[in-house]
Amino acid sequence: MSQTFIEILRRALDEELARDPAVHLLGEDVAAGGAFGVTRGLAEKHGSPRVRNTPISESAMAGVATGAALRGLRPVLEIMFIDFLTLALDCLVNQSAKYRYMSGGQLAVPMVVRTQAGAAGGAAAQHSQSLEAWLIHVPGLVVVAPSSPVEAYGLLKSAIRLGDPVLFIEHKRLYAMKEALPADVQLPQIGTARVARAGDDVTVIAYSAMVRNALEAAAELARGGISVEVIDLRTLVPLDMASIAASVSKTHRVVVAHEAVRNAGVGAEIAARIGSELFDELDAPVARVACPFAPIPFAPELERALLPGTADIVHAVRALPG
Amino acid sequence: MGSRKSSARLQARREGHGSTSPGTLTISDCKRMYRALWRIRIFESQVQRLAAAGEVPGFPHLSSGQEAVAVGVCAHLTREDALFTSHRGHGHVLAKGSDLEAAFAEILGRESGLCRGRGGSMHLVDAANGVLGATGVVAGNLSLAAGAAWAAQARGEKSISVVFFGDGATGAGAFHETLNLASLWKLPLLLVCENNGYAEFTSREEHSKVMQVSAFAAPYGMAARTIDGNDLLAVHAAAGEAIAGLRRGEGPYLLECMTYRMAGHFVGDAQHYRSKEEIAAVKEKCPIERLKRYLIGRAVAESELETIAGDARQEVGQAVERARAAPRPDPARVLDYVYSSPALAATEGCG
Repeated sequence: MSQTFIEILRRALDEELARDPAVHLLGEDVAAGGAFGVTRGLAEKHGSPRVRNTPISESAMAGVATGAALRGLRPVLEIMFIDFLTLALDCLVNQSAKYRYMSGGQLAVPMVVRTQAGAAGGAAAQHSQSLEAWLIHVPGLVVVAPSSPVEAYGLLKSAIRLGDPVLFIEHKRLYAMKEALPADVQLPQIGTARVARAGDDVTVIAYSAMVRNALEAAAELARGGISVEVIDLRTLVPLDMASIAASVSKTHRVVVAHEAVRNAGVGAEIAARIGSELFDELDAPVARVACPFAPIPFAPELERALLPGTADIVHAVRALPG
Repeated sequence: MGSRKSSARLQARREGHGSTSPGTLTISDCKRMYRALWRIRIFESQVQRLAAAGEVPGFPHLSSGQEAVAVGVCAHLTREDALFTSHRGHGHVLAKGSDLEAAFAEILGRESGLCRGRGGSMHLVDAANGVLGATGVVAGNLSLAAGAAWAAQARGEKSISVVFFGDGATGAGAFHETLNLASLWKLPLLLVCENNGYAEFTSREEHSKVMQVSAFAAPYGMAARTIDGNDLLAVHAAAGEAIAGLRRGEGPYLLECMTYRMAGHFVGDAQHYRSKEEIAAVKEKCPIERLKRYLIGRAVAESELETIAGDARQEVGQAVERARAAPRPDPARVLDYVYSSPALAATEGCG
């Protein structure tokens, strides 16, 4: 039976709530199902104390989740749009991320902040951003960005069980995507990338919804005789350099693709790492596919014009020298 | 919410006794608290002395003059209760019963410090004693304290959560968000505002039209009271009453303690914003002097009080010397404690 990304997230949350009484959900409208229906029915099933609506107070919500995590709960906080995460950043950056360190290991913040990012359908400049690069800059945070329903299922469960604060970034364009959950699904270890498609000529490194575009690009390029390996990073912190190195050592050509702007993006970090750690393996400079440096526009033709997609990845791979 | 009954209760709690009666405090309790006040005062003076001598990294913030709030409130707390404080938190940590030497060693950045030298003056944590954190961001800890209160409530525990903050915190959105949420969820949270008249260098008149912090409670449906925070007996009585209500599940309480920061904002602050007359009036407001006058009035010999102060001085002095002699952290361990496991920390390469 195939399920949408939203349904499969709900299933993971449902199972984690049943497994561990410390798991609590909170966020705006979550008891009513949340803005996207991810938590629908969970308050009825697990009780409203465990699936709790909050006022529209992102700053306090992040603090409440952090304080509860210090006392042994495993809160899963929903921040409706990553754009609103800006309001919670004092707590996440100054407190949640640093608690273990500042306390010399006495305390931990095992919590997950689920948030929804990316552009689709005219959500415009304040509901469409990809702000993950801000988060990977903060020691102590773990940043996860799943690329499919099945991936989201395992990664969310692993994130909830981790002893660290995790930013779990869901792309709105993936919400309707359907997959069947295998009976023997394994929970991935946080910090391990996966090979989404094996290939020999070029490595395309992507995460979140851009993995779908990378796979489409790989299929198209295969018809032209170019064999593309697609690495799905799954987590941005920790960054699985070993998997990247294994692929680059095989293909010697790399394109990093993400929806966030190019400037100081995740791709810049990966390109720098590959450049310094795998310089001898490279037959070409690392190329980046990313959003031009502009806010996300409202009109559909403008949104399409700005966002990077499959064609940009195909073009970037074809443009690699050699 | 909003029922006639709960409104009546709120009103009753707001009015309180308005009394400075010692309640159940015996003279012996008072003497013990007199010592507790002195321990903090001397601790802070040692921080000041060693900061001036260049032995204290960073910029510590002293709570001298505000000791009665820490001692009066913490007298009602157990190790199971959660305590959160601000950048001006040394006194609260000591009043909650954390070890003098470990606290001082942390302020000196030593491996034997409460946080192994990773936190420092503004981030004292003593988890085993319920001291769950201090933040350098004004108002930053209010919501965390609410979260700890929520955890206790969710698990049906009787413990409460207390957060200390200054009057400057009322300018932050986090203050208002937390009051609203804590009241809505009826959390066992005591919000203790130490209204010392200054937000850093700016007097209350210059940063808010709302002169009493307790006035913010009523709109959020929260009980509150303003008391003389330099009167230990008043603090003890009011905090005891508020905390008893919290333990009965009556919801959060905002206790505003009017006090006075005898020190500058930070060690080295020249305090140009204060008049000479204002600084001269400090002694009159001193909570230690006031408790001393009370005890002498209750036939305690001044010499006995001097002995208590002397003992505290000796105790703190010895702890400080042990802390100064303690080993410094090993620079090779600077990357410890970032993540729950080394596998997660391995994200960074050799660049």
